[in-house]
This record gives sequence, C-alpha cells and structure tokens, in this order.
Amino acid sequence: MQRHAPAPGPADIVRMQDVHFCWPGARSFSLSVDAFTLPAGAKVLLVGASGTGKSTFLSLLCGIVAPSSGTLEVMGTDLARLSHSTRDRFRAEHFGIIFQMFNLLPYGSVLDNVMLPLSFSLTRAERAAKNGTAEDEARRLLDSLGLDAALLSGYSTAALSVGQQQRVAAARALIGAPEVIVADEPTSALDRNRQLAFLDLLFAEAEKAGSAVIMVSHEEELGSRFDKVLRLDEIARAERSAAA
Amino acid sequence: MSVHRHIVPRLAMQSLGNRALTASLTVLAIAFSVMLLLGVEKVRTGARQSFADTISGTDLIVGARSGGIQLLLYSVFRIGNATNNVTWQSYDNIAKRPEVAWIVPLSLGDSHHGFRVLGTTPEYFQRYKYRHGQSLAFADGVPFNDLFDAVIGADVAKTLGYKVGDPIVVAHGLGSVAFVEHEDKPFRVAGILEKTGTPVDRTVHVSLEGIEAIHVDWQGGMPAPGQTIGADEVRQMDLKPKAITAALVGLKSKLATFKLQRAINEYRQEPLSAIMPGAALQELWGLVGTAETALAVVSAMVVATALLGMVTMILTTLNERRREMAILRSVGARPSTILGLLATEAGLLTLAGVTLGVVMLYAALALLRPWVDATYGLDLSIDPPTQREWLMLAGIVAAGFLAGLLPALRAYRMSLADGMTVRT
Repeated sequence: MQRHAPAPGPADIVRMQDVHFCWPGARSFSLSVDAFTLPAGAKVLLVGASGTGKSTFLSLLCGIVAPSSGTLEVMGTDLARLSHSTRDRFRAEHFGIIFQMFNLLPYGSVLDNVMLPLSFSLTRAERAAKNGTAEDEARRLLDSLGLDAALLSGYSTAALSVGQQQRVAAARALIGAPEVIVADEPTSALDRNRQLAFLDLLFAEAEKAGSAVIMVSHEEELGSRFDKVLRLDEIARAERSAAA
Repeated sequence: MSVHRHIVPRLAMQSLGNRALTASLTVLAIAFSVMLLLGVEKVRTGARQSFADTISGTDLIVGARSGGIQLLLYSVFRIGNATNNVTWQSYDNIAKRPEVAWIVPLSLGDSHHGFRVLGTTPEYFQRYKYRHGQSLAFADGVPFNDLFDAVIGADVAKTLGYKVGDPIVVAHGLGSVAFVEHEDKPFRVAGILEKTGTPVDRTVHVSLEGIEAIHVDWQGGMPAPGQTIGADEVRQMDLKPKAITAALVGLKSKLATFKLQRAINEYRQEPLSAIMPGAALQELWGLVGTAETALAVVSAMVVATALLGMVTMILTTLNERRREMAILRSVGARPSTILGLLATEAGLLTLAGVTLGVVMLYAALALLRPWVDATYGLDLSIDPPTQREWLMLAGIVAAGFLAGLLPALRAYRMSLADGMTVRT
C-alpha cells in the first residue's frame, strides 16, 4: 500500500514563479507570488492572518483558479496552461484537501465521504484498492486516524463531533495517496492538545503515503511540528484596489 | 470521465434523501398537478366517448327546423326543448319514402318526478342502439302493449323504487314538482330496462297513443273546465297522434343519407331539419372545444406552478449548499458536474412526481369509476396512457429538467466565483 519516497529527480513538487492572479469582477483583489516551492514529501506551515490572500493562494495552488501570468508547476505540469476541466481532473488526481470545518457532505455515510475522491480519480481509486478494496483502505485510514471505523462507518456525518469530522476529512484527503495534502486551518476548531494529536496522526499517514503537506494557519505555535514555516506576506503580495 | 457520470445520479439521490420532507412535498405537488392534467384529459375523452356512445345505428334524426346541435340535444340527450313539432302528415310522408328502412317517432314534453316521458312505438326498443350497436335489454317485464303501459329506464326504477306493475302518474310539463298531474289516467309499469349509461336510463317510455290519451281533454296546457273524460272512455277514442317531436330514421343504404337529408331539409309543407348524429356531434365538439381548451390550459398552468415550486425549493437550498459545492469542487468535481447534479435532482423530482401522479390517477380511476358511471353516466375507461398522454408526460419531465437548469446555472456560477472560499 505504501508509496515509497519519490525517486530522486525534481525535488520540488510545487513551483511558483512570478505568479499573478486577479479575481474577476468587482472584488478587485489581486495576489502576486514571486517565488514559492514545496519539496516533495515536505511538511510546510504557511502562517498568515486573514485578509492576506490565504484562500486565493490555496485556490491557485489547487488549480481552482488559474493565474493570469507566471508559471505554476505541480509535478512538472504548468497548471496555467491547462483547461478548466483538465485542472479539475488534475486536482482530483494529485490533491487532498481539508477545509477549516464542515468538511463533509451532509448526506452519505462516513465511508461515502471518505471514498468520495475515488469517484473523480481513477489513479487514486486504483491505489486505494491495491491491497484489497477501497472500502478496506477507507476503514484502515479511519482506524489509524483514531476513529473506530467499525462503529462509525455507517453513521451519518451529522452525528459526528467536530474533531471526528476533521479526522474523516483527513482520511478523505489521504485516500489514494495524492502527492499534495492541502489543509486550510484544519485544527482551528480544536483545543491545543487535540490539534497536536490531529497533526501527528495526519503526518504519520502522509509520510506513509509519501504526500507533501501544506497547511495554512494563523497559529505560528504549531510550527515546531513542521519541516518549514513560511509567512504568507513574505512570499505573496496581496493588493486590494480601491477602485471598484 | 466515466467516473464523473457514475457519481452524479448517486449524489443527487443522496442529496434528495437528505431533504426527504421538502423533496417529497415537491414530488407530491407535481404528482397532483399531473393527476389533474391527465384526469381532465381522461374525463374529456370519457365524456366524448359517452356522448358518441349514446346513439348508434341511426342514420338521420328528423325534427322541426332548428340547429343540428339543438335537435340532437333534445331528441337524444333530452337536453332543452323542441322549438316546434312535426305534423303526423310529414312523419307519414317521410316514413313512406323508398329509402327509409325504418322510422321511430319520438314525442317529448311530459315528465314524471323530473324524469322525461317519451312517447314512441314498440319498435323503439329494437331500433334504438347505443355503444357500438348494443340493443336495449329488459331487466324485468316487457315492452308496452297497452295504452297505459310504461317502460322505465334503470335510473328511474332505482331512484323511485318502482317494480313492474306499479302505477305511475304522468305530469304535464317538465318540472320535478308538477302542479298539473294527469291523475285521472294512471299508467302501469310494464317493463324496466337494463342500465345503459345513456339518457334512456332516465326516461319513462309510453306509447304515442298514451301521450295522446292523457291530453285528450286538455286545451292549451290546462284541463278543459267542466269536461273530464275517464280512462275507459279514452280507450274508445281515436288516439292517432297529430304531431310528434322528432323521429329516428334508418336507411336501407347509407349512400342515400345525403339525398334524403336534403329532401327533408327542403320539404315544402313544413320547415324540417334532418341531421346525421355523427356530424352533429362533431359540431357539438367544435362548440365545447373552447371550454375544453380552457380546462386544458388551466391544468397545464397548475403543472407549471408545481414545477416553479420545485425550482424555488432548489433555489432556496442553494445558499446552504454552497459548502457542499465547494467540497465537491475540492475533490475534483468540475463546475459542469455541479450543474449536472442540480439538473439531475430536478429531473429526478419531476420524474418521481410524474410517476406518482400517474399511479394516483389510475388508483383514483379504479376507485371512483363505478360511482362516476352511476352518478354521471360517464364510463371512464381504464386504458394505458395514449401516445398523446405519453408525450405530455415526457414533455413534463423534460420541462422539469430544463427548469432545473435555472438553479443549476446559478450554482455553476457560484462555484466558479467561490473557488476554495467557503461561505456559510
């Protein structure tokens, strides 16, 4: 099941160079990133207060929006050159994403939620089913993230606590071993002890899968657990033009 | 690509299941509207069939000069009154024409407890045909052969509780409460007819002479003062009728229909009309067609309202589902997948509504059919939907799917604009 550490070669899984992006319409918010790299398998904490362009940065990174200029390479593919639907496919294949909260579809069981990405990515579906069925893999992930899969797998997600929901979301991000895990303040609703426990479990699974982790947070104190801590305002310039 | 297609219907089903109450209310609204639309169509075709079934085997109906519809309505359906009578002389002349195979006179104008009294000849019971040439049958008794014999329809017998041999009194005029009754000359029930689902069920049949007999001592619609003639005296009198209301005519050859019709319409001695029942019915449909169209438009609008309700339901949930859209986008769903998801939800809701509506309609038909037949004489057939009805149903599902594109496009735009940001 485990994917071994990426073969030597291009060590950076994400490379941004002179990226510029401006939201269309009246929002008139733009973000520029001169240079940013994410080494394969690395764990990077990106610290930034709200309003510094966190969401925009993540939207760019995951290919939900395309930069208007510059290069944004993920695993050697320039996302800026891909069409909308190819970018969506690319995201499905290579990214696992965890939001701040309310990560789960209100309908469907815990297992349905964990296996959701497999419906959109054949590669991840194949990887997840390598040592059995995808469902086995989903249960294994839930178990190793500290959830009792046997008890919870049939549950509706509405019955879970916030901490349990975030761990289900982590299992969903990890399933099928995507190359990049993107987490947007996944622990902000948890107390400190639970935050650290969550990160440890997440990192352990990410290492097994060989996935890089990039997490955004406003809490710098979490930095000790990461390979690298970056400040968003140091790598990206956000501009809010007054004119509508 | 293929993975995308598999997940959309499943997600749509699960999402609808999550909102089971609002979803099922929406389905119910669509179901009722579909039931109404199809029900109107069924009653319409049922009513047409019922009208068309009322008279069969008669080539021409002859009456005093009037419109075709009017003549058809008063002679066959007992609706409205004749403007004038046909003299016995004219009747005789027509009867003697070589094209005529048979002729049955009809004399209307009296009533019995709100049921019309029809004076005719015993031949009526052989010649009158309904529902694809079915003949009248006697549930009890025999055709009239005495002057004061009466044959009553099934509804008359049932409503008034008559049996063969019971005496009945015929009233002059057509009101349910008749002030002037022909009490001195009571009739006797000689026979009761089987139920036909036609106006025959609500008719009291007597001989033409019987009609004459109850009017011999009447002048100008009131009993002549000072002179009453008893029932026994009447039997001695010459009761040859002077006039009738209309006549049913059967021809030896259908080819002669137009020729005889023209001859009667141009009859010199008296203004007469001859109509073909089928043609007059067509004329009638032309007349009621406007009302039918109005009814169809109203029920179509009810369907549109139900679909509008569904669109509103989906639109109001869109905002609270923004996060759901963002989650789907994050795992790799394209905006077009979101569009497909919402359009599929609308399509599924409409399909469920249409299916339930059809089931409800047929259940209601099966349940109410005997009652409608008994009360309105309307035989609603329980047939599978016609091609026209299938097209209507398919059209509704397509309209529901298209209507679903409105919220779907909105969700599409929202998910494009939201990106990774999740608003709540």
